[in-house]
Amino acid sequence: MLPGMTESFPRAVPASDHSVLVEFGDSIGLDLHRRVHRFFLTMQRHADPFVRNLHPAYASVLVCFDPDAISHAGIAALIRARLECLDALELPPPRLVEIPVCYAPEFGPDLEFVAASHGVTTADVIRAHSTPEYRVYFLGFAPGFPYLHGLPPELATPRRASPRLRVAEGSVAIGGAVTGIYPVASPGGWNLIGRTPVRLFTPDTNPPVRLEIGDRVRFQAITRDAFDTSEHHA
Amino acid sequence: MAVIRVVKPGLSSTVQDLGRPGYGYLGVSACGAADALALRAGNRLLGNDDDAAGIEMTLLGAAVVFDAATTVAFTGGEFAGEFRGAPLPWWQRLDVGAGERIDIGPSRTGARCYLCVRGGIAVPPLMGSRSTHVMSGLGGHAGRRLQADDVLPIGPAPRGAPFPAAIDRESVRLLYAPGPIRVTCGPQADSFVDDAWAQFTSEPFQVAEQSDRVGIRLTGPVLTRRDSREILSEGVSLGAIQVPLDGQPILLFVDHQTTGGYPKIANVCSADLHRVAQLRPRDAVRFTLVSFEAAERLRRESQTRVDALFTGGSGA
Repeated sequence: MLPGMTESFPRAVPASDHSVLVEFGDSIGLDLHRRVHRFFLTMQRHADPFVRNLHPAYASVLVCFDPDAISHAGIAALIRARLECLDALELPPPRLVEIPVCYAPEFGPDLEFVAASHGVTTADVIRAHSTPEYRVYFLGFAPGFPYLHGLPPELATPRRASPRLRVAEGSVAIGGAVTGIYPVASPGGWNLIGRTPVRLFTPDTNPPVRLEIGDRVRFQAITRDAFDTSEHHA
Repeated sequence: MAVIRVVKPGLSSTVQDLGRPGYGYLGVSACGAADALALRAGNRLLGNDDDAAGIEMTLLGAAVVFDAATTVAFTGGEFAGEFRGAPLPWWQRLDVGAGERIDIGPSRTGARCYLCVRGGIAVPPLMGSRSTHVMSGLGGHAGRRLQADDVLPIGPAPRGAPFPAAIDRESVRLLYAPGPIRVTCGPQADSFVDDAWAQFTSEPFQVAEQSDRVGIRLTGPVLTRRDSREILSEGVSLGAIQVPLDGQPILLFVDHQTTGGYPKIANVCSADLHRVAQLRPRDAVRFTLVSFEAAERLRRESQTRVDALFTGGSGA
């Protein structure tokens, strides 16, 4: 606990000698997400030279700073001041991004498993997954990886006991109550149900990501032919 | 443009500079040299910017050929190797002729060494850095570990005069002196039972074979939590010591994922991160808890010693 902070949320806890964890709550929800987003935007807009990294998540933002440039006490005072005028900050209206997904079995090796574990058909899974609107709560785990909230509870499926060593780029997956997309090939333990031809991480462009914190997302089921002829794979 | 040709890649060699901070909110790891102190020292010896890229080698070094005459410096853990019939010199400048080859062998002390070259390794920067993040295939040379026949461009020599000529070895020895790794409390320090804290700060842990730049896995006493509740995924700091359900801690290192959901008992002090970089598989490691005030003091003291390295002083 930093000086001047109380036990209640929001609170700032030193996480290391070069970082502070600013916590807004201990649950997952849209209201908390908005507060996280507001604080993240405030910090990002100030672009303080001593802030090295900002990591927004479900209910917290980790602020990593250069300890040679500012002390824990200094950053605590700054965070306190910014938290006080947080409610005044208006969030930009969220974008709605459509992400095409091919749910073919070769792209979704765990589609059958997800269907079987809920006693439904794969067609039911596809319909249920491509119906709701999701929200990007934050990007984490890997470059451009969106944690998407809004998965129908009946599709929630625990992560695999043994992660795959390599998950293909663009894989759409379910991990617990969350759905996400692997923007780069990487190891991964989520259940793979489809693949998007859209590139989510393009380090040479600005911004380098297709999906950003706060975006609304819809999945649109496409055929294998449409996947193969899409721009990225043409 | 002058180049370095990789003849043999070694066990795990990558191009690294001081890292890619600022993109954590996009899920991009800060990565960078595991032993930033050693990379900076090498660059200072050559008159490069501190942030110039070098080659980081792990446990077994690479064999490289220089196509043009240049000046290099080896820093960090000391690896076996010969140059013109004499042992490779460490923490000092070395002039290399056109076409000359250097074979860097297995490590003798520490786990990681740096080959720095005057002008730096000039692979194209990506999002402001030349560091390689292997897990996401990003940056460095082709986003991966070096392989035989890779060709790495060398940047133009800096105008500044190299300084100092050599680094005082006794000061280096003090900076890498063995002893417990100092840690501060992690954000979930309270969720561990008192016994876990007693064990964590008094018993040795062993560095597991499956350790790399992403995480250093430790085996030892099982650290027990007060409850097995999962915590929400949150941002993680360099040097965080997280404890999964099996109770065996993992020290999150330079290539760590940006967010994680395991409770973190402690976090390595900035002043000791370069020592963590030199831990080898099967090494025994102990931890000592210090206050945040003490961590700040340790970092200032360490900084004074590091500055003294670069100015030829004896340090305080």
